[in-house]
Amino acid sequence: MELLEETAHAVFAEDDPWAALLETGLTGVGVPEDAGGSGGDLADVGVLLRVQGYHGAAVPLAETILAGRLLAATVHTVPPGALTVVPGRFARRIPWASEAYRLVVLHRGRAAIVDPQDVQILPGTNVAGEPRDDVTVASDQAAVECPVSAEQVMLRGALFRAVQMSGAMRRVLDRSVQYAGEREQFGRPIGRFQAVQQQLAELAAEVTVADVAVKAALRVPDDEFAVGAAKLNASRAAGAVADLAHQVHGAIGVTSEHPLGALTKRLWAWREEFGGEVYWARRLGELGRMPWNAVSRTEGEPATVTW
Amino acid sequence: MALPELEPGVLPPGAERLRGEVRDFLATTDFEPRCDSWLTGTDPEFSRALGARGWLGMTLPEEYGGHGRSPLERFVVIEELLAIGAPVGAHWIADRQMGPSVLANGTEEQKRRFLPAIARGECFFAIGMSEPDSGSDLASVRTRAERGADGRWRLTGTKVWTSGAHIAHAMVVLARSTPGATRHEGLSQFIVELPADGVTIRPIPGLSGEHHFNEVVFDGAPAELLGAEGDGWRQVTAELAYERSGPERFLSTFALVRLLCSLSPGVASGRLLGRLWALRQASLAVAGALAEGRTPDLEAAMVKDLGTRFEREVIDVARDQLAVEPDPTSPDQAARLLAQAVVQSPGFTLRGGTNEILRTIIARGLGVR
Ligand SMILES: Cc1cc2nc3c(=O)[nH]c(=O)nc-3n(C[C@H](O)[C@H](O)[C@H](O)COP(=O)(O)OP(=O)(O)OC[C@H]3O[C@@H](n4cnc5c(N)ncnc54)[C@H](O)[C@@H]3O)c2cc1C
Repeated sequence: MELLEETAHAVFAEDDPWAALLETGLTGVGVPEDAGGSGGDLADVGVLLRVQGYHGAAVPLAETILAGRLLAATVHTVPPGALTVVPGRFARRIPWASEAYRLVVLHRGRAAIVDPQDVQILPGTNVAGEPRDDVTVASDQAAVECPVSAEQVMLRGALFRAVQMSGAMRRVLDRSVQYAGEREQFGRPIGRFQAVQQQLAELAAEVTVADVAVKAALRVPDDEFAVGAAKLNASRAAGAVADLAHQVHGAIGVTSEHPLGALTKRLWAWREEFGGEVYWARRLGELGRMPWNAVSRTEGEPATVTW
Repeated sequence: MALPELEPGVLPPGAERLRGEVRDFLATTDFEPRCDSWLTGTDPEFSRALGARGWLGMTLPEEYGGHGRSPLERFVVIEELLAIGAPVGAHWIADRQMGPSVLANGTEEQKRRFLPAIARGECFFAIGMSEPDSGSDLASVRTRAERGADGRWRLTGTKVWTSGAHIAHAMVVLARSTPGATRHEGLSQFIVELPADGVTIRPIPGLSGEHHFNEVVFDGAPAELLGAEGDGWRQVTAELAYERSGPERFLSTFALVRLLCSLSPGVASGRLLGRLWALRQASLAVAGALAEGRTPDLEAAMVKDLGTRFEREVIDVARDQLAVEPDPTSPDQAARLLAQAVVQSPGFTLRGGTNEILRTIIARGLGVR
């Protein structure tokens, strides 16, 4: 696990991390080897995506792993290159669809591997400039029965985004603490001012709580309440974290060259994707009519991980 | 820079059976659920009933009347008690911090005298830290401890905001034992059994007139040293990690959450549940770290900062959703719970160290100062 983390940091430090990810086989982490992946489980995926978030890297890694795991559970073979799941024949804001090598289209319990050339794409982007495209798929795609539902894709996607956000938030914290020690005003580092210290402390608290919650959710990846709560909390924290970090950084933080923006723009985008706060709050509200059983996770049998 | 990071806490095997036992007990025991029950819900009989079941002093060794359970098993028991709003205030301080503190710092004789009684729910403690001129700046306390010719310590000074001193069997007091020493040096902890000659306890009525706090005046009162002379600051700081991260730092208004989720389930209640689940995971992680013998002070302070603000957020959501006015005497449970929560809410972010002080500690830990 530590080795994976080290390797991932090295890969994301490269000029073209996507090429390096493909070359090292990291795009197949969490996908069984007999399906063409690199093996490993969701905990490994968690390590990898957290590092991606930490670097604010613009790569379709979460999407490719998500689609790869789905295909591994369905047809036991995964095409090489960037993949993304399209959960329906008319699907909105699909991450990286226009740049993917193949789309995995889910429709009525069946899955098809589709060339993006063969579908209609209305391109869009998120605030971080990553493709988020509306996709319309013709009805004549050859499809096979798929054990994974669109709801399950949503849940897994929410978990992956929450992990990515936890990594990005860690980096925002690191950068803010460092900046507060370097930037001087009134003849001293701004970190000496109690007002700034209070903001950094709050930032650290949000990051620490969001992070451990995401790690806990990763251990029960098919528990809808836990994953939904971790995503909801990460999305909530993301807003506070971005506000606090920008306040500490002053004007330099809102320039396009400054690295803070690559992180905060992803936080603002990712907090909405695979369900923002309201989406998950509504689900948790439904699931939590016995609120203490829900929060302490003492109802029913724990869900088993199937894909 | 190694910034704080937590790994999820894992409940030990058997924890869920224990949880079931607590739930069975609560289902067959009569009490009125309330908000802030760990500070303002006082019922000595209920405390003794918990003691009889082995749910007090759980982590203390059996030779001292404890039960040799893990801190995570205790976590399960107390979160069940808090979530239902059970009256656990009488024994709370004794069970949470004085048990562990006497075990860590006390003499053999003190352990035999206090620990079995704490575990039975027959020895309640009060904490004498704050003084009229020493709040956040705790190291400035002026209560004096002097050793007489007979070798016995006597205390002189005034403590304030002493929760439950009027029902406590003993009080732990932070006092200056070396005259002239400044700040963190020369402080020691003492135990005073109550009632005692030279100790006057007067109520300080709370916002709703309730008797919860006290002023405690020591006028040459006999006291016994707890731990090493001059080690008081270190001992007090060690207690704070226990004090800051427990589930009482985010469940004080859970009785309202429960009501919301049954009367008005939806986006608003769901938002609270998501946040609560995350805070509980963080608290559980701190408990796990404590159980492994680490001292996650910063993380504990973080849980308390976010958790206590969450407790207050619950009040505003309840106000939005329940459309009821707070009324402590209403036959409507929602009105009563809201009244309890509103009136106690200023204390959430003050007691146990104000949130501003917690953030100062966190910032120092981050390396900014
Ligand atoms: C419900 C309740 C129960 C309590 N029970 C007990 C008890 O049983 N035993 C006991 O000993 N004490 C008890 N206390 C007291 C509690 O520990 C103190 O209230 C707390 O330490 C703060 O001290 P203070 O009230 O004197 O406020 P002050 O220290 O005077 O602070 C006033 C304001 O100034 C801010 N402030 C102070 N110093 C700084 C600083 N350096 N930087 C930034 N801001 C600062 C504070 O954050 C606060 O907002 C209790 C308090 C409450 C509310």
